[in-house]
Amino acid sequence: MHAQGVAGVVDRVAARYRRDPTCMVQILREIQEACDWISPEAIDRLQATLGLPRTKVEGVAGFYSFFYLNPRGRYRILFSDNITDRMLGSKALIDRLCNSLWVELGKVSEDGLVSVAQTACTGLCDQGPALLVNNYAIGGLTPQRIDEIAELIRSRTPLPEWPAEYFRVEDNIRRTDILLGSELTPGDALRAARARAPDEGLMASNMRSWREGLPTGLGGPVAVLDEIKRANLRGRGGAGFITGLKWEACRNAPLKAGQQRIVVCNADEGEPGTFKDRVLLNTYPDLVFEGMTVAAYAVGATRGFVYLRGEYRYLLDRLNAVLAERRRANLLGADILGNPGADFDIEIHVGAGAYVCGEESALIESLEGKRGTPRNRPPFPVTNGYLDQPTIVNNVETFAAAAMIALKGGDWYAGIGTKHSAGTKILSVSGDCERPGIYEYPFGVSVRQVLHDCGARDTQAVQVSGPSGICVAADEFDRIIGFEDIPTAGAFTVFDHSRDMFEVARNYVHFFQHESCGFCTPCRVGTSLLKNLMDKLHNGAGSPYDFAEIENLNRLLQSMSHCGLGHTACNPVLDTIAKFRPAYEKHMIHSEFTPAFDLDRELAEARQMTGRDDAGAHLASVHGGRA
Amino acid sequence: MSQSFVLDGKGIPFEDGQTILQAAGNAGVFIPHLCFHPEFKPHGSCKLCTVKVNGRHTASCTMRAMPGMVVESNTEELNGERRALTQMLFVEGNHFCPSCEKSGNCQLQATAYHLGMMSPHFDHFFPNRAVDASHPEFLLDFNRCILCSLCVRASRDVDGKNVFALSGRGIKTHLIVNAKSGRLADTDFSLADKAASVCPVGVILRKRQGFAVPIGERRFDKAPIEASAKEA
Repeated sequence: MHAQGVAGVVDRVAARYRRDPTCMVQILREIQEACDWISPEAIDRLQATLGLPRTKVEGVAGFYSFFYLNPRGRYRILFSDNITDRMLGSKALIDRLCNSLWVELGKVSEDGLVSVAQTACTGLCDQGPALLVNNYAIGGLTPQRIDEIAELIRSRTPLPEWPAEYFRVEDNIRRTDILLGSELTPGDALRAARARAPDEGLMASNMRSWREGLPTGLGGPVAVLDEIKRANLRGRGGAGFITGLKWEACRNAPLKAGQQRIVVCNADEGEPGTFKDRVLLNTYPDLVFEGMTVAAYAVGATRGFVYLRGEYRYLLDRLNAVLAERRRANLLGADILGNPGADFDIEIHVGAGAYVCGEESALIESLEGKRGTPRNRPPFPVTNGYLDQPTIVNNVETFAAAAMIALKGGDWYAGIGTKHSAGTKILSVSGDCERPGIYEYPFGVSVRQVLHDCGARDTQAVQVSGPSGICVAADEFDRIIGFEDIPTAGAFTVFDHSRDMFEVARNYVHFFQHESCGFCTPCRVGTSLLKNLMDKLHNGAGSPYDFAEIENLNRLLQSMSHCGLGHTACNPVLDTIAKFRPAYEKHMIHSEFTPAFDLDRELAEARQMTGRDDAGAHLASVHGGRA
Repeated sequence: MSQSFVLDGKGIPFEDGQTILQAAGNAGVFIPHLCFHPEFKPHGSCKLCTVKVNGRHTASCTMRAMPGMVVESNTEELNGERRALTQMLFVEGNHFCPSCEKSGNCQLQATAYHLGMMSPHFDHFFPNRAVDASHPEFLLDFNRCILCSLCVRASRDVDGKNVFALSGRGIKTHLIVNAKSGRLADTDFSLADKAASVCPVGVILRKRQGFAVPIGERRFDKAPIEASAKEA
């Protein structure tokens, strides 16, 4: 695209976002969608249009994996590299596509047409192997499909003309309960919320709301808050913070002049193995938006955001259509349902490939158009969140549950599940089982029950809640899903006895290394050191010394890191070391220290350049390991 | 100054709003740090200043002092962890002290001495980082960058220029300058900038000033870094 064309695109996109620098991530995404990459000329124009220094634009663009400051081709293929994709044979498919298109993994083809690379889990674990082409998801890959894709690229067929069935994403809902079985008529939860009569003693709080200009309605926001508390609802993103307390803190946070309260839905579902938010947003968007509106009503918020992960870009247009419909029905906008002062609207921001943005303060930074670096806390978002305003950030599933609580009441909800974990949990089941997909259970279900229901056999281990969760071995299958035992954000990845649990941990370590934001020293450097050590073991050069080093690094990351990413980056390793030590010992083939350097492996580049891989092109391997 | 907390068994008075690091500094107690600078808003990224507050690890440059806190700092455990972080910074970049103009004035080097770092311990990354010698007055040697972002903050908050910023992510995080060419010569960076004198290591160097002060007579040759506690 020539310079004038680029300038036109930048001007058009920037104007649509009111030249608002807080929309930087959205502006960069749309520029790339139109231009295929973010060229120096685009940045020239953008810095002038937004009145920002170039360093600011480049700093933000350089942070996100899906933004390209160098040309990456008209077709940008990213294979999902979750462990489940590998288990389903993604490696052979990647090689097949690369060979077919004559392109090296991670690079752009000689003619500049196509690039092939890998990315973190794209959330299609139940229908992998999967890839993204220009950020649109294709699942269920087969060798035949790969060959077809190669042909479409070679013939330069525009993406909109590719067969629509490629892009069909299945819900695979296998078990429903109160959320997935609900048939909410849009607006009913809001009507129920408004009709709730405040209990004794709540009237004073409602008067306070009124004095502060918060919408009160007939029943009152405090009555809704009371139901949420009575429901004992806890956050579904994994940490399990008590939702009622978070909402109340936001509601009670003082507003400075010109400020408003903010409701944010965290749909940055980046934990490898999790895909339940994709299904909720795909099939139950009204439930989620209604929950957000209930939250806004309870805390007195007037502005809402959904932070949708870049991998779910394909959901954007449909979600915007649902929002438009809700505005038409007066379920969003001014005076919602005729309730004076109940003003609230929702906009969707799309992420751009950064797992760390699932951390709430990093998410807020990204919403503000910045690099997604977690903030120093305190202060917390409930008092100083989006643009320093009181903000609640909750998971997609939390909002869905909140809508049902508004509709049916806190006591109803608290009666489901266990004493410490009220309600249900939606699990994203994938890996070695017959029926991968979405399972909703009341809290308290055992791991064994889930394994039975999904048709898992000969199971060696289950990784619950993804790499930052815990690895459950066979003698623990009677443990239960719940905050009192195994808390989870929803991932449930099954491994049978044919799997090498060391390789599972190594995949997760690579994931954290790739996703570290780089802000703090221990996580930035430590995840790379950990990756190198795991690779050293993988390459057959491991010794007990390296094992001790891995344990030291784990301790350091846990104690010194800035945020949860660094704290949990060692979980998969610590867990698998504790429970699957033989898998590691198999890789520790030397009793003495052995250098990681392997001369034969260093010659791989020479072999590639000469197109040779015969015995004569190899040194007799020192380690007997893989070259 | 009626409030106080306990740091390694010693009472430390503080004023409202002061961080643990500031209060300790005022009392003459040194806590190692690299990304902190008294003239700038704390950043909290290097994590060298991590202490234990009531048993929990936290960065002392960003944590406000509170009455009655029990803080550990100068312990074998914490100094061991700080030493490991310092070693990480050494292997992440290319730090060759004997040939570095900043040797003796370098906070990274002085901190390594303070913590008794005898080796890099970890495998070196040996990253490939080009030097930018385009500017007539200054040399940028990115090999030594520890990503403390002091130059970023100085240029933005004091000089009002935004000459520097961090780009990339994770281990690929790197310093960039405000020019389409990516060269310092094409920015408005100047000798008078605060950012020109704030680098704690040897990235931003004056040209033609090399070894004006001989090795052995430099700042940390004369007094170890722990003697500078009051500057925090």
